[in-house]
Amino acid sequence: MSMESPMSTSSPLTLYGETFTSRLLLGTSRYPSPSVLLAAVERAQPAMLTASLRRQTGAGGEASQSFWNLLREAKVPVLPNTAGCHSLQEAITTAEMAREVFNTDWIKLELIGDDYTLQPDTLNLPEAASRLIKAGFKVLPYCTEDLVLCQRLVDVGCQAVMPWAAPIGTGKGPVNPSALRTLRERLSVPLIVDAGLGLPSHACQVMEWGYDAVLLNTAVALAQEPVVMAGAFADAVQAGHNAFLAGAMQAQDTAQPSTPVLGTPFWHHA
Amino acid sequence: MPEPATIQVLINQAPHDLPANATLADALQRVGIAPPFAAAVNLQFVPKTQYACHVLHPNDQIELIAPITGG
Repeated sequence: MSMESPMSTSSPLTLYGETFTSRLLLGTSRYPSPSVLLAAVERAQPAMLTASLRRQTGAGGEASQSFWNLLREAKVPVLPNTAGCHSLQEAITTAEMAREVFNTDWIKLELIGDDYTLQPDTLNLPEAASRLIKAGFKVLPYCTEDLVLCQRLVDVGCQAVMPWAAPIGTGKGPVNPSALRTLRERLSVPLIVDAGLGLPSHACQVMEWGYDAVLLNTAVALAQEPVVMAGAFADAVQAGHNAFLAGAMQAQDTAQPSTPVLGTPFWHHA
Repeated sequence: MPEPATIQVLINQAPHDLPANATLADALQRVGIAPPFAAAVNLQFVPKTQYACHVLHPNDQIELIAPITGG
C-alpha cells in the first residue's frame, strides 16, 4: 500500500515559466578548491549556479577558463550576476555582457548602494530591473525585505524577487523575520531569500514561512566540510518546503496533554 | 593638420597605443584574450559580431571581462 506524500503534490519551483526540481540556488565563490565546489554541486543538485564576470587579461585567463570548464561539467543552469555594479548603466552593460558570455537571458541583478553593508541601491533598482526586462532579460533582483520596494519590482515586471535575510556573507540568518513574513503574505510571486543565511535551520525557517527557494554561497563554501554542508542545506530547504505544504499547527500558550487523560491509572487515588 | 598615426586607448585600465582607425578587433588581437569573454567600450556593450567594424577613438576605455566564480 502506498500513501501519497506531500512531496508528490508539491509543484516544482517555477520562475519566468521555467520549472526547476530544486529550490536551492548555489553560489560558486570562496570554496577551498574547484573540486570541492564541483562535489558540493553534485551533492546539493541546485536549480542554478551563480557566476560573475571580471576584467581578464593575461595570467588570469587560465582561472577563468578552468571555471568555465567546471560550469560546463556541472551541467546546471547558470545565473550570472552583476555583482559590484554601483550605477544603472554599469548593471545594464554587465548584464548584456553576461548574456553573451553565458548564453542566457537570466540575470541576478545586483545594484550596490552601500559598500559597507552591500545593501542594494533600493532607489534605482526598479528602473534597472525595468530596463533589463524590456531588453528581454529574466531578472532576479537582489533586494532588501522592504515591501514597497519588492512591490515596485513586481510592478515593473519582475516575476520573482530575492530579498536578503541579512547582509551578504554575514551568515546571521533572517534579521527581520517580521518583514520577511509580511512580504510572503503580501506578494504572490516567487520569493527567494538571497544572502545572509548561515545555517540549514535558517533556510528551513524561511521555507517554512512559504518562501519558494533560497540562494546561498558562503554558508556552504566556508563550512569545514562544504560538501556535507551543501547536502545539509539541500535537505533543509526540502524539509522546510514540505513543512509549509503540510501546514503547521497553531502555537498555544498553555500545555495540552498529548496522551488522553481519560482512563489515566491511579487518577484521584491519592 | 594631419591625423596622428596612433591613438592611445585604455584596455582594462592599461594604456595601449594602436594605429589610428584601429577597430575593437585590433585591440583584442593586441592583448591576446581568448574566449569566453565579452567587451564594452566607454561603458557600452559591444557584441562580438561588431568587433571588426567598431572603430576606436583616442582615450576610449575598453573593458574585457571573462567568467569567474560568483555568489
